[in-house]
Amino acid sequence: MSHLLRAIIEPGFFSSASVQLAAAVGGLVAVVAAAVGVFTVVRGQAFAGEALGDIGAAGGSSAYLIGIAPLWGFIGIAVAAAGVMEMIGIQRARGRDLATGIVLGAGFGLAALLLYLGTTFNNTTGATVTILFGSIFALDRSILPAAVVFGVIALGIVTALYRPLLLSSVSPDLAAARGIPVRLVGSLYLVAIAVAVALSAVTIGAILSTALLIGPAAAALQLTARPGRAVAAAAAIGLAAIWLGLLLAYDSYYWPPHHRGWPVSFFVVTLVLLAYLASRALGRRRARR
Amino acid sequence: MSRASLAAPPVQDSTLIAEGVTVRLSGRTILDDVSFTIRRGEFTGLIGANGAGKTTLFRVILGLQAPTAGRVRLSAGDRARGEVGYVPQKFLLDPDMPLRGRDLVGLGLDGHRFGPALPSRRRTRLVQEMLEAVDATRFGDARVGQLSGGEQQRILIAHALISEPKLLLLDEPLANLDLRSAQEVVSLLARIARGKQIAILISAHEMNPLLPVMDRIVYLAAGRAASGTASEVVRSDVLSALYGHHVDVLRVHGRVIVVAGTGHDEHAAADGAGEGSGDGAVEIV
Repeated sequence: MSHLLRAIIEPGFFSSASVQLAAAVGGLVAVVAAAVGVFTVVRGQAFAGEALGDIGAAGGSSAYLIGIAPLWGFIGIAVAAAGVMEMIGIQRARGRDLATGIVLGAGFGLAALLLYLGTTFNNTTGATVTILFGSIFALDRSILPAAVVFGVIALGIVTALYRPLLLSSVSPDLAAARGIPVRLVGSLYLVAIAVAVALSAVTIGAILSTALLIGPAAAALQLTARPGRAVAAAAAIGLAAIWLGLLLAYDSYYWPPHHRGWPVSFFVVTLVLLAYLASRALGRRRARR
Repeated sequence: MSRASLAAPPVQDSTLIAEGVTVRLSGRTILDDVSFTIRRGEFTGLIGANGAGKTTLFRVILGLQAPTAGRVRLSAGDRARGEVGYVPQKFLLDPDMPLRGRDLVGLGLDGHRFGPALPSRRRTRLVQEMLEAVDATRFGDARVGQLSGGEQQRILIAHALISEPKLLLLDEPLANLDLRSAQEVVSLLARIARGKQIAILISAHEMNPLLPVMDRIVYLAAGRAASGTASEVVRSDVLSALYGHHVDVLRVHGRVIVVAGTGHDEHAAADGAGEGSGDGAVEIV
C-alpha cells in the first residue's frame, strides 16, 4: 500500500520548496481564472481572452529582455491590449472579433521580435519555452505578493460587478434600462480578463493561459444552472487540474524517455480537457433524464 | 437622469406625457413631434410598421436616447431604477448560460447593485410571487436560454414587474410567438394592468391581437404619431393624414386591415425602408 502511495506521490513532493511555491501560485491562479472565466464563457468573449493571453508573450519576452519577472510583462501588456481593444470597439458584437484579431496579430508580431532578440542577445533559449508554455517549477518566490495582489484585484472586480455583469451578459438593453453603465462594466471586466490570463501565463505559459480561463468554466457550466455554483465548480475544477498536474509532472521525472520530466502545462491542459469532456457527458445525461 | 425629474406636476393620473418628442439621427428624422399621454392602469398599444420609430420612442422613454426636441415626463422621478419596467425584443441567449428563470427575475429586483445577491427570505418570496403572477413557476428552475419564446417572455415580464414599476414597456413581445402564446401573453398583461394599476405600453406591428384589450392606441407612421382610442385613431381620414396619402381601413370579421396604398411621397418611402416593403401596394397592419 505504501509502495503504491509512494509511486503516486513521489518522495519529496510536499517538502520541495519549488513545489510548494508552484502549488500556492498555481492554486491562486486557478481560482482567479475560473471565477473570471465563467463570465468570459457566458459573454462569448473566449476569443478576447485567448488574444489577451497570447499577446502576453510579447510582454513576457520584453520582461526577460530588461531582466524583470515575466509576470510584470504579462500584466502590463494584457491590460494595455485590453485598453486598445476597448478603444477599437469591443463593445459591438461585430467590432469585437475584429478588434481582438487586429490586436492579437500585432501582439504576436511584437512577441516574435522580442523572443528573437532575447534568444540572440542573452543566449537564453529557455526563455521562449518559458514564456510561451510556462515553467511553474522555476518561479521566483518574489512574485508571490504581486500575484496575490493581482489575483485579489481580478476577483474583486468580478465580485463587485457580479449582478450588473450577469444582467448585461443576458442583455445589454435590459441592463441599460436598469441604469447600469453597460460599457463601463464591460471595460472593467475586460481588465479582469487581462489580469486573469496574465496570471495564468505565469503558470502554464502565454499560449496556454486561456485553457485555465475557459476550460474549467465551460466544464462547470455543463454541471449547474446557477451562476454562483458555476463559479464555485469552475474554481474547484481549475484547482484540481493544476494541483494534479503538478503532481503528475513531479512524478514524470522518473518517466521515459529522458527522465527529465514532462511539462506541467501539458498535464494541466490535458486534465482541463478531460474535466470538460466528463462534465459534458454528465450534463448530457442529466438533461436527458 | 435629470431629464426624468419633474419640472411641473403631471396631469392627474397620467403616468407618462410625451410632448413634441423629436429625434433626428445623422440627418434622418426618426420621430417627428410625437405627443401622447398614458394613464394609470391603462393598456396602450404602440402600433407601427418596422422602422416607424417604435424602438427609438422606447429608448427616449427609458432615457437611453436624448430627444432632439420635446420631452417625456414621468409621474415620478427616477426612471432608471424601477420606475419604468422594460421588456426588450426577444434576444438569443446561450442555452448554456447558467441562469435560471428565477435568477433573472431576482435580477429585476436588484441587478443594478454591487456584489452577489445575499440570500434573503424576502427576496425568495418576492421572486416566487412574481413567478406565480406570470404563471411561470413550472419552468422557473430551468435555464433561461432553454425556454421557449413564450416562456422567456413571461420570465422577462416578471423581471420587469418585480420592481413594481408604474409603467411597463414591452418591445414587440408578440413578434416571435404563435397565436396561442400571443393571446396568453396579451391576457396576462391586461390582467396585470388592471390588477396592479400599472400603465402598459406595448409595441407591435400587428394590432389585431391587441384590439380586445387596448384602451388606447398610439399609431406611428414614418416617425409621426396619432393617438386616442382605437375607434378614434384607426380611421381612414386620421391615418391618411398621418401617412400623408390615402389609406383605407377595412373591418373584416372583427379584424382591422389597414391598406396603405404607397405613393411616392417621402413618408411612404421612409415607412417601407425598415422592412424592404417599400414597393408593396398594400400594407396590412
